[in-house]
Amino acid sequence: MPDILTLPRPSAPSISANGERYAITAENLNVYYGAFQAVRDINLKIERQKITALIGPSGCGKSTVLRSFNRMNDLIPVARTEGRVMFHGKNIYDADVDPVEVRRRVGMVFQKPNPFPKSIYENVAWGARINGYRGDLDALVEQSLRQAALWDEVKDKLHQSGYSLSGGQQQRLCIARAIAVQPEIILMDEPASALDPIATLRIEELMRELRKEYTIIVVTHNMQQAARVSDYTAFFTVDEHRTGYLAEYGPTTELFTNPRQKITEDYITGRFG
Amino acid sequence: MRDRVSQVPGYPDEKQFQGFIRRRRRRGAMWRTLFLIATSVGIVVLSALLLNILDDSFGYVAVKNEIEPAALLATYAPKRLPMERGGADYQILRELSRDVQVQILRDHLSQGLIRRLESEQPLDQRSQEELGDLIIERVVEPHFLASWSLFDSVFHRARIKAEVAEMDGASLRFYSWLNPKFVVSPQSSHPEFAGIRTAILGSLWVVAITILFSLPVGVAAAIYLEEYGQKGRLNDLIETNINNLAGVPSIIYGLLGLAIFVRALQPLTGGSLFGIGDATTNNGRTIISAGLTLGLLILPIIIINAREAIRAVPQGIRQASYGLGATRWQTVWHHVLPNAMPGILTGSILAISRAFGETAPLVVIGASAFIIRDPDGPFSKFTTMTIQIYQWTARPQAEFRHLAAAGIIVLLALLLGLNATAIWLRNRYQRSY
Repeated sequence: MPDILTLPRPSAPSISANGERYAITAENLNVYYGAFQAVRDINLKIERQKITALIGPSGCGKSTVLRSFNRMNDLIPVARTEGRVMFHGKNIYDADVDPVEVRRRVGMVFQKPNPFPKSIYENVAWGARINGYRGDLDALVEQSLRQAALWDEVKDKLHQSGYSLSGGQQQRLCIARAIAVQPEIILMDEPASALDPIATLRIEELMRELRKEYTIIVVTHNMQQAARVSDYTAFFTVDEHRTGYLAEYGPTTELFTNPRQKITEDYITGRFG
Repeated sequence: MRDRVSQVPGYPDEKQFQGFIRRRRRRGAMWRTLFLIATSVGIVVLSALLLNILDDSFGYVAVKNEIEPAALLATYAPKRLPMERGGADYQILRELSRDVQVQILRDHLSQGLIRRLESEQPLDQRSQEELGDLIIERVVEPHFLASWSLFDSVFHRARIKAEVAEMDGASLRFYSWLNPKFVVSPQSSHPEFAGIRTAILGSLWVVAITILFSLPVGVAAAIYLEEYGQKGRLNDLIETNINNLAGVPSIIYGLLGLAIFVRALQPLTGGSLFGIGDATTNNGRTIISAGLTLGLLILPIIIINAREAIRAVPQGIRQASYGLGATRWQTVWHHVLPNAMPGILTGSILAISRAFGETAPLVVIGASAFIIRDPDGPFSKFTTMTIQIYQWTARPQAEFRHLAAAGIIVLLALLLGLNATAIWLRNRYQRSY
């Protein structure tokens, strides 16, 4: 289906015009919830148009790190972020950066499918509309749904509620919704954890398909999933203060077959976590 | 199983255990009976209330006409005789041809009265219905000499008949105090012709002002507190205060309204600032004062309900919206509000029906005791249904008590209608996320 890739995109090349290799990088990132430090000193360079998996035991801060890439932590009143997240040479936490602009370019898919209580069409079209999209909405909706591998299942019922779909379809609808605003990066927070194995498999296939166009960062509890789907894996764990830190980061095959850290090996072999 | 129970150490043995079970069941049955009694008390009280109202709303009346309809018909339309007994004779007067009706009026009313009626609206231009009513009111002039409750009318008919037979020129009629004419007639000092229209219109005007004021303000405040306000000590303080305000007795709001709307803002609420209203209404005891006072009264309730409804919108929907690059305002306007709307409406309608039934603050504000003219705008004098019912019950004549009962039925019907709307809205827009 080459026709689905025809709409103009803000950043097509894998290395951007100013020669940046990475899609987004965290530099000395610290996130606090009130007095509690959730993660410390995260340095993470996310490769362009690759799938990067964030894994680790519960409470290790991987979701916190994920949400700091599009300033979703701002919505938590007690959250405070230190350090830098560089995106196109700009720290997204600078005072002159509007989080609304960041979130449009760094989209997000959540753990629990959360379509709007609107029609399938409106679910996809809404984000584009509020962001001032002036092109052909019908075409955009079709393209987004095709990219999310949902078009054939819903093309005859675009005006039914998003809630009429099954859980897996709802999650793909959420992915279509995220794609419709044409982000450069898609953050996925355990996108398949609420789904059955077959729906999970479809989401994973979809992620591999989307990698051709988007940079994907995915938090997952499921190590097999990380191994199956991702190109790079970041392993997080917690120190004695329950503060999360990045223990190891590298190409997925390397990290799973030949971990450099003892704790990584223990985790991926199922000895803790 | 039996063996198992007796074998487990620390548990009672088989025999004790059976007794233990019986005691537990007895205690359960006792509580169940108590709950049943409590429910029965509620049902009995409610039924008594309804029966009492119905008892007063229907019953026999002894009517004495100045001129009997039959006598009029004998003179002007002998073909209509003989007529059926009961209320049908009045109805025949309404069905006479307009020429005959006008003739009856001209023959029986004084020149001065005819001139006044003509200046209001020429007689030949009035409808049959209007002319018929005019004949009944001015020519037939029925008076209620006595009235009985429904209970008496059903069980003591013979006694009532005997009593009426002794009254000079009185006839007995079964009368429904609640009737179409009662709903559409204005106030009157004659119970035969008194209606509740001015009060219904007054109530509707007041509640309309209340809604216009409290719904937007309340919902806006709720949105601010839930979606924009920083969670913290100040927010907690505001929340506590709003909750307390919801429990303040309504008479206090009446005093507040008296001080602010009636007295301090008199030029505004009296309408003199806009050059509207006459000297009698320039004292600020107007519909707008009453509406705003009731608005203040239900504002805390609306805020609390709206906050509840807004809080019930799943966080996932907000996150999805922000995640797409929506601003806070877009999130609120496109997702939070539409999804909270059924809850907001349900709560608001219940608050509005509370305003509908309020009396005390309106007494303080100064609702008119007796008013014949329909209210014609926010700056006119007013009375409401509750005030009207209260006034009627305070009169010495038994007939007004019957009118009050009929008024209560109308009020209850309107309130039930409002509550039914609330339930319908809730069921219709209830969402599953």
